Amino acid sequence: MTMTKRTVYMDYAATTPVDRQVLRAMLPYFAKKFGNSSNLYALGLEAKDAVVGTARKIASALNCRPDEFVFTGSATEADNLAILGVARSVKRQASSIKEPKIIVSNVEHKAVFSACEALKKEGFEIIELPVGKDGLVCPSDLHKLLDNKTILVSVMYANNEIGTIQPISEISKVIREFRKKKIENRSENSTFYSLNSNFYPLFHTDAVQALQYLDCDVNKLGVDLLTISGHKLYGPKGVGGLYVRRGVNIEPIIYGGGQQRGLRPGTENVPAIVGFGEAVKLVTSDKRQETRRIKKLRNKLERGIFKSIPKVVLNGHPTKRLPNFLNISILDIEGEALLLYLDKKGISVNTGSACNSQSLEPSHVLSALGNPYECIHGSVRFTLGKGTTMSDIDYVLRELPPIVARLREISPLNLKLGEVVRQAHHKQKMSEPKAFVGGQTPYFLRNKKQ
Amino acid sequence: MKYKAGARKKGPDIVNKFTGGSWAYSRVVRDHFFNPRNLLLVKPGRGKFDAEGIVGSPACGDVMRVWLKIDQKTDCIKEFKWRTFGCASAIAATSMLSVMITEKGGMKIEKALKIKPQDIMKRLGGLPDRKIHCSVLGDKALRAAVNNWFKKTGQYKRIITENTRILDPNTKTTEADIEEAVLDGATTLGAVQKRTKVGVGYPKCIPEVEELIRFYREKYFGPDKEQ
Repeated sequence: MTMTKRTVYMDYAATTPVDRQVLRAMLPYFAKKFGNSSNLYALGLEAKDAVVGTARKIASALNCRPDEFVFTGSATEADNLAILGVARSVKRQASSIKEPKIIVSNVEHKAVFSACEALKKEGFEIIELPVGKDGLVCPSDLHKLLDNKTILVSVMYANNEIGTIQPISEISKVIREFRKKKIENRSENSTFYSLNSNFYPLFHTDAVQALQYLDCDVNKLGVDLLTISGHKLYGPKGVGGLYVRRGVNIEPIIYGGGQQRGLRPGTENVPAIVGFGEAVKLVTSDKRQETRRIKKLRNKLERGIFKSIPKVVLNGHPTKRLPNFLNISILDIEGEALLLYLDKKGISVNTGSACNSQSLEPSHVLSALGNPYECIHGSVRFTLGKGTTMSDIDYVLRELPPIVARLREISPLNLKLGEVVRQAHHKQKMSEPKAFVGGQTPYFLRNKKQ
Repeated sequence: MKYKAGARKKGPDIVNKFTGGSWAYSRVVRDHFFNPRNLLLVKPGRGKFDAEGIVGSPACGDVMRVWLKIDQKTDCIKEFKWRTFGCASAIAATSMLSVMITEKGGMKIEKALKIKPQDIMKRLGGLPDRKIHCSVLGDKALRAAVNNWFKKTGQYKRIITENTRILDPNTKTTEADIEEAVLDGATTLGAVQKRTKVGVGYPKCIPEVEELIRFYREKYFGPDKEQ
């Protein structure tokens, strides 16, 4: 066959290709300008300038100071630095906070969850803040959970599976007011009054998916810590970073030669950092235009799918959602099977089905929304990006319905949409995630006239 | 790992050299997944098939339904039609099972019941380790359908009963739970306990549990070599 297979990449939330301009900016820093930014001679200074230049670009995107930003090896590392860093700094201060508490939403990225899981073993209390059916955190729910022991709250800006955008500035307002009250209520005669303990809880947000499309002004958001990543914005992999508000104490999680104010030692990955800066500059400069373009494409895809395929459920919030996200559940079929059939047609998507995960657990985000397992197994995530065109959307809309029809032909199930939606609404389980073994009639075949 | 021989012959696309695990599927799996054999596409008319069975649950991600045509005189399964909800390995495994049973003009019921998940896997050229549990529903669906046949034809003595004896009265762990745990890759007592808590509060049953783990390990993963 001489015909080349068409490829349509629709998994931009997983990673993105490096932009040509970004690549061009990076190239000199591999072999030519290869200096170590810690050195004083010209080559070293060149590298240092490059790092500082990137910090400035990022600072202008986040509206912070360049020295408030720490480069890390990934967003996962930045999340870890934020959470473990705050926790250890509280421990080191031996402050008045006993049994410190951390509040995280229950749709966080695994990086945040796993860091919290590690802290649990060190005696920290981890509280999960549940989200509603649409994936949104309710700020008043958070208000009820805050107390004097709380040292950190972490809520992601935009979710990486459903794209739901959290009301970050409202949440930070709740936290700020709580801090204010704490200072007002302190006992006047307390000699052991520590300024630091009144500064808690700190507020961290993971803005990895958000930076491209949303306003990430840290002052408008009112966050103390914010994570971003390079490879989600057409930058290179292996670089991310953490914004740390001035005056916020965090302990490093790795130790070395004191680079980046000792917060994240290790020779800076100069080429990646340069690429990161260029990528941030590019995405922030055409943010508005790209948002409008992507939204149009996404809406067309969404409308097209709902029109041509019966029994489809939208996951996440219908409007408070990143413009490039579409996460749906297609009933009666399984996500991994659909993924492979689409892959055969050159279309790359993602699924929250258990079969596709390393742990064989269905997506924790979709479970947190209260979706029944039946629904999660058939979830598909389309995330569009810079390379997506109208003809890609047409191609997917042409190829998807027959594949779904084929897989439904193979499937013995025939779930009722209304029932699934109703169960999800009441956050009820339709059936136990346990196999039944022959002999009995399963619920989805009962009350059926034979 | 356990199916190295088969896997090497037909070869999954990518094998992790550190864990031996593989995410991608072998050529045979892909073939059966994209071109399933013996699929039942039309709604079966009344009396078109002699027996049917169903196992799994949409919540756990796999459901298999099979329809059989059985020749009562020769006690032979002549036709094996199916529908499966599940991932690629579940679909491919059911397809392969249907081929194995019907390929030589049908198979005696007794012989068909002896097909083990590992036989199906061998024919498929191996499955990724964590996908093995997806393939075990095939023989269970067959068993359910055959039981249905036995009931219909009054051969009550031949009905196969699921062995679900409770081993640990505290946690109500049954033999089937142990089997399921082993299939999911918990091949040591520690791993099984992590999953089922069997014997934690009732150590009396541990020797028996260990024996069962060994039995199922050998049944599904072949005789112990390295362990």
